[in-house]
Amino acid sequence: MWLAILVAALGCYALKLAGLSLPQRVLSNPVVERVADLIPVALLAALIAVQVWSAGPSLTIDARTAGLAFAVVALLLRAPFLVVVIGAAAVAALIRLV
Amino acid sequence: MSQAPLPSAERSGIIRDAVAVGVATGAYGISFGAVAVSSGLSVLQACALSLLVFTGASQFAFVGVVAAGGAPIGGAMTAILLGTRNALYGLRLAPLLQWSGARRVGAAQILIDESTAMSVNRDTVPAARLGFVATGVSVFVLWNAATLAGALAGTAMGDPRNYGLDAAVGAAFLALLWPRLGVARSRVVAILAAGVALALVPFTAAGVPVLAAGAVALLGGVLSPPRGEA
Repeated sequence: MWLAILVAALGCYALKLAGLSLPQRVLSNPVVERVADLIPVALLAALIAVQVWSAGPSLTIDARTAGLAFAVVALLLRAPFLVVVIGAAAVAALIRLV
Repeated sequence: MSQAPLPSAERSGIIRDAVAVGVATGAYGISFGAVAVSSGLSVLQACALSLLVFTGASQFAFVGVVAAGGAPIGGAMTAILLGTRNALYGLRLAPLLQWSGARRVGAAQILIDESTAMSVNRDTVPAARLGFVATGVSVFVLWNAATLAGALAGTAMGDPRNYGLDAAVGAAFLALLWPRLGVARSRVVAILAAGVALALVPFTAAGVPVLAAGAVALLGGVLSPPRGEA
């Protein structure tokens, strides 16, 4: 676990420093720019899906789905970040309670 | 770009905004601490992630993979892939901040979503630097304090599912993703990536589905037509 934490720390720091140090023309390559734009989109979408609809090796729909649905509505209404996150937790917790 | 010193009203305005952003992120850091501990990390490990990795989405990804039963190193890889966006922020900020040497090395650690957002929209170098440093330091201090508080609370309060904390993580990722969905290409990539990840869940080790979804970004970037023609 500690090794993985160090790897993540070094990797993330190196990326930050590289951004400040690399020549600006890297960004002018259109394929690099598009891929770099899309990586967070793909990873975040995959993280959401796995986080909400998987339980170990199986797929499932439970209270987390309701939490995510709340988050969608809150984001459509331009609610602040904390309202989205805490509200989603509250909805899931309430459903488990009843 | 102007190098003139800042008027004091602008100065205090920037600092006030920076503290507000820090407080908001700090509240979010509490949930990170609690989720990290419930995923099987120790309080010390949760704090080490916030101190050393210090980029929220990557940290949540790390503990998310570990919580799903994945190898920690798989969590690290996902965290690093998500951290690539910070390199892009750096490229945009370098001409605004105009720092080199030790200052650049220090600035890199607080180069995150929030410090970038509070810096890129400034008109002068001093304003950009103040926005960056004030926000970066404010978020760093409150994020780390909040992680410790959340991790301690998480150990004390038992099963985090009772509080819906597992649902909070998905919502947090969605909130981070939301502003990027304005472009049609991004929406297509997001749906395909989620589909690929879910399809792989039953057949692969935890952590692999998310990393594999990164390939969708690669394909999307290489295959799609340039911006404006899509």
